[in-house]
Amino acid sequence: MISTDTDILATAEAWAREGRSVALATVIETWGSAPRPVGSHLVIDADGHFQGSVSGGCVEGAVVEEAVEVIAQGQPRTLEFGVADETAWKVGLSCGGRIRVYVERISTETVN
Amino acid sequence: MDLATLAVLNTERAARRATILVTDVESGAQRLVKAADLAADSLAEALEKQLRLGKSALVEADGKAFFLTVQAPPPRVIVTGAVHISQAMAPMAQLLDLDLIIVDPRTAFATPERFPGVRLLTDWPDVALASLGLDGYTAFVALTHDPKIDDPALEAALRSDCFYIGALGSRKTHGRRIERLAAAGFDATATQRIHAPIGLDIGAVSPAEIALAILGEIVSTLRGPRRAPA
Repeated sequence: MISTDTDILATAEAWAREGRSVALATVIETWGSAPRPVGSHLVIDADGHFQGSVSGGCVEGAVVEEAVEVIAQGQPRTLEFGVADETAWKVGLSCGGRIRVYVERISTETVN
Repeated sequence: MDLATLAVLNTERAARRATILVTDVESGAQRLVKAADLAADSLAEALEKQLRLGKSALVEADGKAFFLTVQAPPPRVIVTGAVHISQAMAPMAQLLDLDLIIVDPRTAFATPERFPGVRLLTDWPDVALASLGLDGYTAFVALTHDPKIDDPALEAALRSDCFYIGALGSRKTHGRRIERLAAAGFDATATQRIHAPIGLDIGAVSPAEIALAILGEIVSTLRGPRRAPA
């Protein structure tokens, strides 16, 4: 069962070792009643498969899309989601909180 | 993050050693700081604080934003006594994400039938506890009432950094236990670490209620109270 954020990091490593291109998303800041605490992880591969959660389901779709771009480009990026966002109807947090999510690629260049 | 860094992070976690991954959010530059190297790090104060809280956090230093991914080992509970109370504790601990390990050399008690899916050790506690390695992320609970089993385990727990030590028994039983531990060289400061009577005072009667009281006390010790007493 994938229940803890430790399992997500183990999954990220396992996926990368299988040769999949992988990105890791981490909740780095929350305001108000955010659904998942700081430090929560989501692991994503280049095909958009993912495990874990950064918002309990509200914005994962958008994070996965961005993560696929991060995998392709290599540069980490920081995403912000909240009801104040103009796209709130599409990707926003119904709870009224705001979150910042850091998305980075897992680089395998230095590993044999 | 480098796969190599991720691998070290996972290895350290599996070995129950704390680590903090420091990420410069702007540049993406990262470094992994092991608990042993914490004091020498330029962000030592912030790292120590977050490790103590067991929480990841965004911190500011030198006009830069750093995200600290804190990896504290998962808390576990070691219990002596494959008894009725620990039978109730096992499923509750699983729901709480606490790794529960039961030590009881009495093989009639410590059976897989009585404890499905629970890690059982039938070595004597001094052997079992030495192999498990008690650390600051471990709670120890003595439930057998039998000094032959509980005492050596309590002595090992008192010599360790266990974040919680509890022992079942009436005040009278505990009084005699303190006398034995004193004779074994443990002073009052040491024996005061033992929660006895064990568990939160919720008037627990049944084994499941006592299990709840004990786990409640363990969670409270781990997290700390949130509200000031009224």
